[in-house]
Amino acid sequence: MSVQTTEYVASEIRSPASFLASRVFIYGALAFWAFICLFPIYWTITTSFKTAVDVTQGHLIPFVDFQPDWKGWRSLGLSPDSIFQTSTVREEFLKRFMNSVITSVGASSLAIVIGSLAAYGLTRYRYHFAWFRNEDISFFFLSQLILPPVVLALPFLVLYREVGLLDTRVGLILLYTLMVLPIVIWIMRDQFNSIPVELEEAALVDGLSIWGAFFRIVMPIALPGMVAAFILAMVLCWNEYFFAALLTSTDAKTIPVMVASQTGSQGINWWSMAALATAAIAPLAVIGIALERYLIMGMTAGAVK
Amino acid sequence: MAVATLGLLAVIVLEILYKGSADTIGFETWRPVVYAYVLWGVAIGVGQVLTRGEDGQRALFLLPALLFTIAMVIFPTLFGFYIALTDWNLSSFSGRKFNGLDNFWQMLADPYYRNALFNMVLYVLAVAVEYVIAFGLALLLNAQIRARKFFRVVFLMPLMLSPVAVSWMIGKSLMEYRFGPAATLARHLGWENPAFFSDPIIARISIMILDAWTFIPFMMIMLLAGLQAMSREVLEAARVDGASAWQTFWQVTFPLMLPVSVTAVILRIIFKLKLADIIITVTSGGPGGATDSVSSFIYREYRDRSNVGYGTMLAMAYLVIIVVFVTWLLKFANRFVRNVN
Repeated sequence: MSVQTTEYVASEIRSPASFLASRVFIYGALAFWAFICLFPIYWTITTSFKTAVDVTQGHLIPFVDFQPDWKGWRSLGLSPDSIFQTSTVREEFLKRFMNSVITSVGASSLAIVIGSLAAYGLTRYRYHFAWFRNEDISFFFLSQLILPPVVLALPFLVLYREVGLLDTRVGLILLYTLMVLPIVIWIMRDQFNSIPVELEEAALVDGLSIWGAFFRIVMPIALPGMVAAFILAMVLCWNEYFFAALLTSTDAKTIPVMVASQTGSQGINWWSMAALATAAIAPLAVIGIALERYLIMGMTAGAVK
Repeated sequence: MAVATLGLLAVIVLEILYKGSADTIGFETWRPVVYAYVLWGVAIGVGQVLTRGEDGQRALFLLPALLFTIAMVIFPTLFGFYIALTDWNLSSFSGRKFNGLDNFWQMLADPYYRNALFNMVLYVLAVAVEYVIAFGLALLLNAQIRARKFFRVVFLMPLMLSPVAVSWMIGKSLMEYRFGPAATLARHLGWENPAFFSDPIIARISIMILDAWTFIPFMMIMLLAGLQAMSREVLEAARVDGASAWQTFWQVTFPLMLPVSVTAVILRIIFKLKLADIIITVTSGGPGGATDSVSSFIYREYRDRSNVGYGTMLAMAYLVIIVVFVTWLLKFANRFVRNVN
């Protein structure tokens, strides 16, 4: 420990030993946490290739510990040898998958459209509806973030039943839009605030209407923010479970609900479960790796002034 | 002006439909009311533009979101307060019965609900630990390291993945008593009986860990952004003045990071208050309701008894508690940040 104290003395010279020690500590900690993050994912993926014995004996490394097998994927109808045969499980899986895609894309798009418009209005103009001013309206939107899903779930269950939206994708899309709208408004407000007003003023002088200026001038500049908000909204909708579990049953069931309802009566089929879980997380893993920049942009919007 | 009346007309149609459904004539479902509302919204928008010109065009930016949120939040919440006062079993044919405050008294006497509320306190307190870990990770990522992008992507991964799928795999197989690698590891470390979900206290901790695994990256990213926005000169100055790394952290970094930290922690607490899916999939509240969060408890209440009235009463009580708590939290945080700076 005596080495460590010398490391941060005001002089620019560091002793090689302490430098090495701090390097080892930093990379050790990084590697440790990377392991914590990745091991469950590794476990999920490898388990989908295991047989029952391999699972219960806790075999970890493919080809060394156990012989990989398409068992899990075959039960989903997605393994190489079963992909061309008809499979009811695959049909169901694809249906759930499409439901997830449609609801999350639909809800995110809707939220982006109305959320961006509202955020733009709130950053550029002064409103007053009755006694509500801009700050109050912003607060009203953002305060929806606090609302726990459970408060809305049961009233919506009843209302959707009356309106005939129970177990439909449209119903889910509307709720998901509501869920991500505050986040979209939060991100977009930050985005629009960073765009100088002079740009639009120039556009207005040139004869564009307010909406023309918005679509032709502001939108293209704000596009990265929109992409960020869209992706973040996508992630949240894709992973949503609570509303989907309560409000869907046969038609509109999404992937997470399908995953959660797999516990059969004869114990758990680890391999098929793992294959299903892998399929459920794969799209987001890809998005996460490819579009990480936008995700971080979305999450940090407004956090740092 | 003509359009304003059109809007009014839509409202009247809405009103008539309302009456029609209440009586025997009218539509099968209430769906036409929804269409009428949408139509009314469009009419209002058009009316704004025609009657108020440029001002109306400005209002048009805000109207869709406003009308949407009001329809989706205010009305259901009010409706929720009403059904909270009824005894309404969806699976029986008797329909709803108004029973006043019965649900409320029942709720006060419900030990499971109290237990769930108490659990929420514990779960929220766990945010403190998550914050420390997240701050540490942010510092690591902000250090002079190679492959920063790689580590950032890896550390962000848990947040992206479906909590249901992952917690299912972690909770039910990785932490499985007989063969799960986590249990095996615990045995090697000297824990004779690594049952993660049978002892009430350990089960709660396991749930906290699962939830932390998902959400630590969220705080980490916000804190990292804060660290990166900090000016290098201040840190340089501290170093030149002869401050040790420890002193620099506590006297420069940490105070400067306070506003970001407060934002991150508050957002995290808000998300924490919604905690449900992990508990529903992994323990479904067990053992004996010990791990229940309020949301998962209400979910099970509804699934088991399909009594909408009581469940809604619980949810509404929770809403009131949350609103009071978060309002207090925001005030407190504001004052806290101002006092320190």
